[in-house]
Amino acid sequence: MQTILSIAIDALAFGMVLFIICIGLSLTMGLMRVVNLAHGAFAMIAGYIASYAARDLGLGYAVAIFLAIIGTIIISIPLERFLYRRIYGSPELTQVLMTIGITFCVIGITNYFFGPTLKTIPLPQALSQPVDVGFRTIAAHRLFVIACGAVVAGGLWYLIERTSFGIKLRATVDNAAMSDALGVRTQVVYAISFAIAIGLAALGGVVGAEFLPIEPYYALRYMVTFLVVVSVGGAGSIPGAVIACLLLGFIDTTGRYLMPEFGNFFFYAAVILIVCLFPRGFLGRAQ
Amino acid sequence: MSDLFRVENLSKSFGGLAVSREISLSMGAGERLALIGPNGAGKTTFVNLVTGQIKPSAGRVVLNGEDVTGLGAVRRVRKGLVRTFQVTRLFSELTPEEHVTLTLLQREGKASRIFSRFRGNSAVADEAHDILGALGLHEVARRKVGQIAYGQQRLLEIAIALALKPKVLLLDEPAAGVPSADTPRIEQALERLPPSLAVLMIEHDMDLVFRFAKRVVVLAAGEIIFEGLPSEVAADPKVREAYLGNYANARSVA
Amino acid sequence: MQMTAQAGTVSAAPRAKRLWWRDVVGIALIAACGAAGYWLFPDNLALLTRIVAVALLVLSIDLIVGYCGVATLGQAALFGAGAYAAGIACVNGVTEPMTLIAIGAVAGAVAGLVMGAIMLRAHGLAQLVLSIAIVQLFHEAANKASAYTGGSDGLAGLMVSPLFGIFEFDLWGKTAYLMGLALLLLVFIALKFVVASPFGMLCRGIKQDPLRIRAMGAFVFPVLLKMFVISGAVAGMGGALAAISTQVVGLDSVSFELSANALVMLVLGGLGTLYGALIGTVIFMGFEHMVSAINPFHWMTMVGALLIAVVIAAPGGLSSLFERFSASRGGKA
Repeated sequence: MQTILSIAIDALAFGMVLFIICIGLSLTMGLMRVVNLAHGAFAMIAGYIASYAARDLGLGYAVAIFLAIIGTIIISIPLERFLYRRIYGSPELTQVLMTIGITFCVIGITNYFFGPTLKTIPLPQALSQPVDVGFRTIAAHRLFVIACGAVVAGGLWYLIERTSFGIKLRATVDNAAMSDALGVRTQVVYAISFAIAIGLAALGGVVGAEFLPIEPYYALRYMVTFLVVVSVGGAGSIPGAVIACLLLGFIDTTGRYLMPEFGNFFFYAAVILIVCLFPRGFLGRAQ
Repeated sequence: MSDLFRVENLSKSFGGLAVSREISLSMGAGERLALIGPNGAGKTTFVNLVTGQIKPSAGRVVLNGEDVTGLGAVRRVRKGLVRTFQVTRLFSELTPEEHVTLTLLQREGKASRIFSRFRGNSAVADEAHDILGALGLHEVARRKVGQIAYGQQRLLEIAIALALKPKVLLLDEPAAGVPSADTPRIEQALERLPPSLAVLMIEHDMDLVFRFAKRVVVLAAGEIIFEGLPSEVAADPKVREAYLGNYANARSVA
Repeated sequence: MQMTAQAGTVSAAPRAKRLWWRDVVGIALIAACGAAGYWLFPDNLALLTRIVAVALLVLSIDLIVGYCGVATLGQAALFGAGAYAAGIACVNGVTEPMTLIAIGAVAGAVAGLVMGAIMLRAHGLAQLVLSIAIVQLFHEAANKASAYTGGSDGLAGLMVSPLFGIFEFDLWGKTAYLMGLALLLLVFIALKFVVASPFGMLCRGIKQDPLRIRAMGAFVFPVLLKMFVISGAVAGMGGALAAISTQVVGLDSVSFELSANALVMLVLGGLGTLYGALIGTVIFMGFEHMVSAINPFHWMTMVGALLIAVVIAAPGGLSSLFERFSASRGGKA
């Protein structure tokens, strides 16, 4: 019983980390039709900034998260302007190559400046303690991550369904040319959505550092996982991404607990099965 | 039952929206039929239903007495039900000769051979030569399709269709987008189609329709509102309403 | 009418002949470059053999990506299938090198059949993800089945008997290299025929517009699956060659990284031309050998920058630059 509960909590927290990072990628793919393999690189950059702020400068955890998000978005702006805009609407292969190129560059440069070692982001006292929930204790960090995921999901839902920006966003997704004609500045919508996507990746990278440790190969190591989540959930769908993250987080965590010697075998087997059964993802939009 | 090709009560709806309603028509060998209708009448949907690109919600497609409704697009082509596309779908990197040769090899069941040369079959080469010649595409036979005139690309669409030796040919706006100086060449090609071939042509150019077709079917809002001689079509009140008045509104009020 | 027809045929005939000569010259050039490598870098034959093996992998990707338009990031699954099949056969007493190459080809073809059957169910992003998932699955399977594959330590101790019973696999890798070079030339010539066949033309058509091909009355799936099998055989031979020459099969031969790198090589050289696959492999691996000896991370940065530059400046790869250059010269002449 104890084991089942710890697996469930870990799976839920891991799933939420995946969700926070991947939902940005899902929106980028659903909205801008860009297969951004470098998405994880932004999460990693945020991890480095947070680590530097919290460990080397001694700033607080919340401040570190804030700096990481802002810093990562600032870094992403010139990349969006000069590189990504060239590949909007390009064939998939072109997008894959460009974004793999960006990933490789980020890995090489990161290693040049920070070295190949793992970077930790020290947790504040409040998050590193266990919390008593009555019948047992749970690591506070896990609860924090789960709460973050819930807030992100709710906030995004509100943004997309209830705000005027959300209306413009949905209109642009449905028909960019038409929205343009109706006076929606689609370039601006794209730029803002890209920034939101990167900001979420940054948040996920920092709060998820306990699950996905920050190191130079981060972007490459988890690239596949992120892509898988998006294609399983269906690009552009928030509920789809939630389902995919929880399911894949559950499969992965359970596999590690119960059959560690099989590594990711079941994870990938499940992915192949799911993608074969739902080629557009659980809740992907028809093309 | 002597009809070569028959469509019975063909219907299609997307969600609650009916785009084809109970369409029935039949054609005999050698017939020249024109399908016309205002924009959005469901003409291209009809072609897609007949050729198997989309599955109908109800109804049957019968070719040569055989029900082909359950067959996919490829099998229908092999049975002799062939179409051209409204917007040309050609391989810009290949030449007209390569297009026709590939089609002929496919018809002969030799297109997926690995151990033979693409141009190695002299019978196929001769036939390709003849087909391209009959449509006046000799001069451009070895140029990349991306570099030839649009009128010639339209002719190549017809050449590919003819290479399949069809029984029924559906021409989806064969003259669309062609500069008016080149339309006589398209028209000439249409006149020279094999006499035994049943041809259903969708077209907007009424002059072309009147010269080509012996029978006209008018489609509006997904259903047939007129069927008869070309000379009668302009006088029909329902057709006038569909084109000039607002057919869809008139119906929803009724 | 008749006049123009004849003029068209006559003017076209010499062009076909010239293309034929160009291929003969091209293949002779490859052989000459290979021989030159043998004489110029006698101390680096192991690297050169590795280049030949990877060139086979890159050629196999070109068949799928360049000729059929199916994007894949999992081709190393087929390479690794060939490598492990040859390795396992060798450890179990099948030591004749040509037999091992054949075993690699068959294993690769079977893996290609499986991979194609799975990947072709999906399109676009889902297809790409499937390709990655398949190579990762193969990787995990190879890691887990350590009783047969040696797991993460690799499958070591391959003792290959002399080629044709005469030529020993020497310490300097002379035999391995020459065998690999001959294999590459044979495969290259065979593939030249494949892409020039009706089947090759059908694949090019499918790449541009599958719907058009269906309207011509041809099924798409079996054609693509056939190409996956051919591609698998080529990749599998590459894997077997790598296994024979290094006498070790490591987990890195079924990795996402190898798949991605090989795709980069292909794009660098140019998609859809068999020469491009070879040029890209040689340039990429040559540079990698030099730069990564200094610092592997500098190499990553360089590859990344190079990829971005290729996408922006030369979407057709280096061979397209070469062709554009020679075309403009030919136009002036």
